[in-house]
Amino acid sequence: MHIHFLDPYQIGGSVLHQTDARVKLTLGLAFILTTALIPDGLWRLYFLLLALVLSLEIISGVGLDYFLKRSTLALPFILAVFPLIFTIPGVSFFTFTFGPWDFSASIPGLVRFASIGLKSWISIQIAILLTATTPFPDILTAMRALRFPRLLVMIFGLMWRYLFVFADETMRLLRARAARSGASGNPEFQTGGSISWRARTAGGLAGNLFVRSLERSERIYLAMLARGYDGEIRSLPQGKMEGSNWFILGFGGLVLFLVLILSLIMSI
Amino acid sequence: MLLSAEALHIPDGFLSITVLFLAWIISISVVGYALRRVGKDLGEQQVPMMGVLAAAIFAGQMINFAVAGGTSGHLMGAALATILMGPWAAILVMTSVVSIQALIFQDGGLLVLGANIFNMAVVGVSVAYMVYRLFLKITGDTRKGILVSGFSAGWFSIMLAALSVALQLVVSGTSPARLAIPAMAGVHALIGIGEGLITVGALAFLLSARPDLIHPDQSNLDGSRSVLVLGFLLTVALLLAAPLASVRPDGLEWVAMQTGFIEMTREPLYELVPDYLVPGIANESIATILAGALGILIIFGLGMGIAYNRRKGQISGR
Repeated sequence: MHIHFLDPYQIGGSVLHQTDARVKLTLGLAFILTTALIPDGLWRLYFLLLALVLSLEIISGVGLDYFLKRSTLALPFILAVFPLIFTIPGVSFFTFTFGPWDFSASIPGLVRFASIGLKSWISIQIAILLTATTPFPDILTAMRALRFPRLLVMIFGLMWRYLFVFADETMRLLRARAARSGASGNPEFQTGGSISWRARTAGGLAGNLFVRSLERSERIYLAMLARGYDGEIRSLPQGKMEGSNWFILGFGGLVLFLVLILSLIMSI
Repeated sequence: MLLSAEALHIPDGFLSITVLFLAWIISISVVGYALRRVGKDLGEQQVPMMGVLAAAIFAGQMINFAVAGGTSGHLMGAALATILMGPWAAILVMTSVVSIQALIFQDGGLLVLGANIFNMAVVGVSVAYMVYRLFLKITGDTRKGILVSGFSAGWFSIMLAALSVALQLVVSGTSPARLAIPAMAGVHALIGIGEGLITVGALAFLLSARPDLIHPDQSNLDGSRSVLVLGFLLTVALLLAAPLASVRPDGLEWVAMQTGFIEMTREPLYELVPDYLVPGIANESIATILAGALGILIIFGLGMGIAYNRRKGQISGR
């Protein structure tokens, strides 16, 4: 199956798994915001945050390699920042000539590049940690509790419910296409028609998927009506948060706040 | 990887705080308006339909076709969703797709979700809608006209979303204009062709199998004049700003400097607050004390976490 369609939730019983999803969502977003607010080049604070993330990952008991593997997802985007090393003016530490152009890598450029890379790496790990320790339905109820629009959360929930169904459906369509397209072991030999023919075949699959989803949504709607759906999706009320969750929320908030204050003082 | 819609999902850490907040404000207003419209105009049946269609679009992004040299064409789906569902529902569906990608699969960051929603749901859908309606007006409501309009809607939605991403990166000081804008535009001009062709293929299939879906009743199109205007404004703004910024980056910077915008976007917000800390106080010692306190807090918290895990382990091990 496509890697994107595997449920990222990792079963476990760590303190992170036990924490209320509302607390985790709030603190996760606050952590990423804090990371974004720290100015460029405050390496000590970056490494503090990184150490914090890594510790949390160890406590979660999921296994560090899981996080390290998944966090490489955002890596290709760093290409967009790479040219900054050469375009930001400043003391240069390295020059070379390529054809008619002279390149000189500046230290401020390198600082900016490394800062963006580190910040992005820290942030994505927090997001991975959140989804690895929280089942998605819990994240949805937490979003509802944090006053996200009701209609949107309802759509998210239904989308999540049928994501894997349609992933299977798409895999079947792709498998059927593969089964009907002779492939040659010789890469020189193109199978199938022109590019536009192949694209239109792929488009046919997309259209087919659309029709199937529409028909399924009609059946789902009728099934929901039969079970008393009146435009509102009801779920069990969320329990009050226990004291320990309030403690974690306050504690995490305090740590992030101190990091922000520290970054303020250090950047002056 | 580089030749797919993935390149449009900005991760966290790449945009400045000001750009982030502006994008959130715009996205929240547009999505909020779409929610109100959909909630009002369309029945309760829309909720399961939009959820299921969002799942289908997400899965449909797996559909690819070989182009050449190991690269492949992919589907983003904004244009297809817009043509089949009307702009308001499509905005919500694309918002859901982008949000789930960020929330669960880390395709794109959480804090930049506002910007990603803006690029793919707001720009993608409104531009696709504007282009589709415009081309349909020119070509007429024939099979050929629908296919040509569908191709254009797909190509423009990808292209302008990419320009929007590039401009956000440039204004955030993350990517140099001279490089980012031509690179994004060039790559996505190709990706857009793939998107356009798949959209055409899907429309051709639907015209044969379910022609009723392509000619939706007027309820889908009523009151969507505002999307037309939005799509038109976004198209013009992006098409003007992008070449200007890449050919004459000084020009963009001059305009931004005049308005003080670039300075604002490249600094963390709170650095703008002057004299936030009273000068003269020994910052050094405050920093030391704070750092010490922070260290103690963190070690205390982590210790608690480890102890909790250990205790749980012992209880369940017994």
